[in-house]
Amino acid sequence: MINSNSTNREAILATANNLRWEVGENMHDTLMESIYENATEISRKAVVYPNKKPAFSFDRTLDKILTSRYLGFPIMFLILGVVFWVTIEGANVPSGIIATLLVDTLHPIFKNFADSFMPWWLSGALIDGAYLAMAWVISVMLPPMAIFFPIYTLLEDFGYLPRVAFNMDPLYNKVGAHGKQALTMTMGFGCNAAGIIATRVIDSPRERLIAIITNNFSLCNGRWPTQILIATIFIGGIAPAYLAGIVSATAVVFIAVLGIAFSLIVSWGLSKTVLKGEASAFSLELPPYRPPRIFKTLYTSLIDRTIFVLWRAIIFAVPAGMVIWLVANITINQISLANHFINWVDPFAFLIGLNGVILLAYIIAIPANEIVIPTVLMLTVANLGITGIGGDSGVMFELDSVTATASILQAGGWTLLTGVNLMLFSLLHNPCSTTIFTIYKETKSVKWTVISTLLPIAMGFTITFFVTQIWRLLGGS
Amino acid sequence: MTNSDLNNCASCPVHNLGNLKKLGINMSNFDFVVALAGNPNTGKSTVFNYLTGLRQHTGNWPGKTVTRAEGGFEYSEKKFKLVDLPGTYSLLSTSTDEEVARDFILFGQPDVTVIVVDATRVERNLNLVLQILEITNRVVICLNLMDEATRNGFQIDERVLTKELGVPVIPSAARQGEGMNELLKMIFDVASGNYICKPHRIKSNSKELNAAVERLSKEIQAEFPSLPNVRWVALRLLEGDQSIIDAIRSGELGNLKKDEILIETN
Repeated sequence: MINSNSTNREAILATANNLRWEVGENMHDTLMESIYENATEISRKAVVYPNKKPAFSFDRTLDKILTSRYLGFPIMFLILGVVFWVTIEGANVPSGIIATLLVDTLHPIFKNFADSFMPWWLSGALIDGAYLAMAWVISVMLPPMAIFFPIYTLLEDFGYLPRVAFNMDPLYNKVGAHGKQALTMTMGFGCNAAGIIATRVIDSPRERLIAIITNNFSLCNGRWPTQILIATIFIGGIAPAYLAGIVSATAVVFIAVLGIAFSLIVSWGLSKTVLKGEASAFSLELPPYRPPRIFKTLYTSLIDRTIFVLWRAIIFAVPAGMVIWLVANITINQISLANHFINWVDPFAFLIGLNGVILLAYIIAIPANEIVIPTVLMLTVANLGITGIGGDSGVMFELDSVTATASILQAGGWTLLTGVNLMLFSLLHNPCSTTIFTIYKETKSVKWTVISTLLPIAMGFTITFFVTQIWRLLGGS
Repeated sequence: MTNSDLNNCASCPVHNLGNLKKLGINMSNFDFVVALAGNPNTGKSTVFNYLTGLRQHTGNWPGKTVTRAEGGFEYSEKKFKLVDLPGTYSLLSTSTDEEVARDFILFGQPDVTVIVVDATRVERNLNLVLQILEITNRVVICLNLMDEATRNGFQIDERVLTKELGVPVIPSAARQGEGMNELLKMIFDVASGNYICKPHRIKSNSKELNAAVERLSKEIQAEFPSLPNVRWVALRLLEGDQSIIDAIRSGELGNLKKDEILIETN
């Protein structure tokens, strides 16, 4: 403990007050000036600056193109489009191979083995529920992630993300939000929970709250596979075969851009109503472009992102698979629980161009967006009572190609409209439970957590409702 | 074994390479606390990952680290706790992520502060370096991104920098792992007192300011003898920093114990 009494301490403060007068008002400027002068002097002695600036001029030329007023956005969309196109084209074949192995080959072996000593309900819940859900998640999620994440990380390593933020900044400024929201939004493309933690870089609580609420409009990696698969089946399906890949990629880019548009619109709405205020200024440093370290990036993005996300998906898929099997096999009045619910919400789902299966899937998949598609497929099969594919109800079927998925969904009454609405609803619905919990931890407010959760669902219902009604007015089915 | 034998060993890079033990998040019973500070996007997290073996996410954009990350490593039989701070341009501003860095260096009193400096932007980076040198004596400068600087035609004389700043300057390229052994050895030397820093103090052209800092420092020193960064407190007081005024008024300035702050700033 230090011996000190308050008289002495007040004396220090008094001295400081007096001295402040002597030093004058410009104290802060004088100090900063001194620091800059000292820094200049030292660096003049120690650093010999280059005569030519070859690498810098390369950086500047590249920046002029990538952040150009006219070319900036088209290039951004083009890069996004190419990334998705490569992902869609590249993921199809390995997905089929993995599905053949895990579902066609291994599932019957496991099932026979389990049946040899387990009661039917236990082997059903474990093998037809948990194991198949896991197998499905791996075959659908792993290939696109193993392609998408490394490319995304390479772009990040190269230094492209701050340029995206630079391009977006004027837009965010116009809607009364912080320019750094462009950065947190880009983070959200990886994971919304991570994007929401990243909003800590925003100083003003008002702007930070806007960034948190709108982060969910960035498609996260749990939703990319859904978008890619549905776009491939329904949008790519109506295009001629040689254009299918490009058309599907364009559709996914469209949804991603639509998400950005919604984040701008909602930010504008919030900053004009409940979160009034002006956008604050900030400085964004555009770092030099750095040649990405390919192998290191491949390693870290595979281990940290791909395996991490896949593991999370598997952990949630296993219990969800059991739940699906149970709701599809526990019956009341000869009708399964799942069917009771599906029949009950079907009239409402019809209004918004979806179906009861999709709504039930979104409830079961609240813990993780990754398992929406597996859940939809398992429930569709169970609901239709399709036999011969996988066997009992609640069993997932062999998915040796995208065509098989397509035929199941079409048997479930899906149309192009259902596909479009599912893509929209996948963009506009509640965040996953991890994200909701993160929002609460960051805002410490039940009110804002509830708003962040319900606002996107309300928007999703509204948008899909209007799309459906207009579609039907125009004679679509 | 005599002391000089040990020194011979310790100065050999081959020995050093084998001497680094990456402890990851295992940081129990550490001997020294090392802070990693610097401007945004200079490679702090890359240095952090190299030394601890952790995989704190790095990316080529400023503001990647928003909270403090901690990890450990063992070197020459001493355990070090390494704290990766968010990047900051200055200690004089008031934004939340910069606050984390400022409070930790100011009140956390790390045994060594490693300032990671972008070798292609030395002059601008020095602004932060000079401010940190006002706060703490034990600093090692990691002159990072030397590969980029060389590629762009910069010639940096690190011996002149060392002399001018009064603290050791280690050229490095952390992404390639270059200079990391030298950095480790220097962190060890500064932490254990083998290397005594004589940090540069900001010289102002304003006589009034110099005199005022001098006088106020003396008074503060008399009241809070254990305070290591009196000049900085005097400067902040002259600027009318309310949190410093409050800390002096309540006497808390003298009671800052390392452990309390380490927990508090979490």
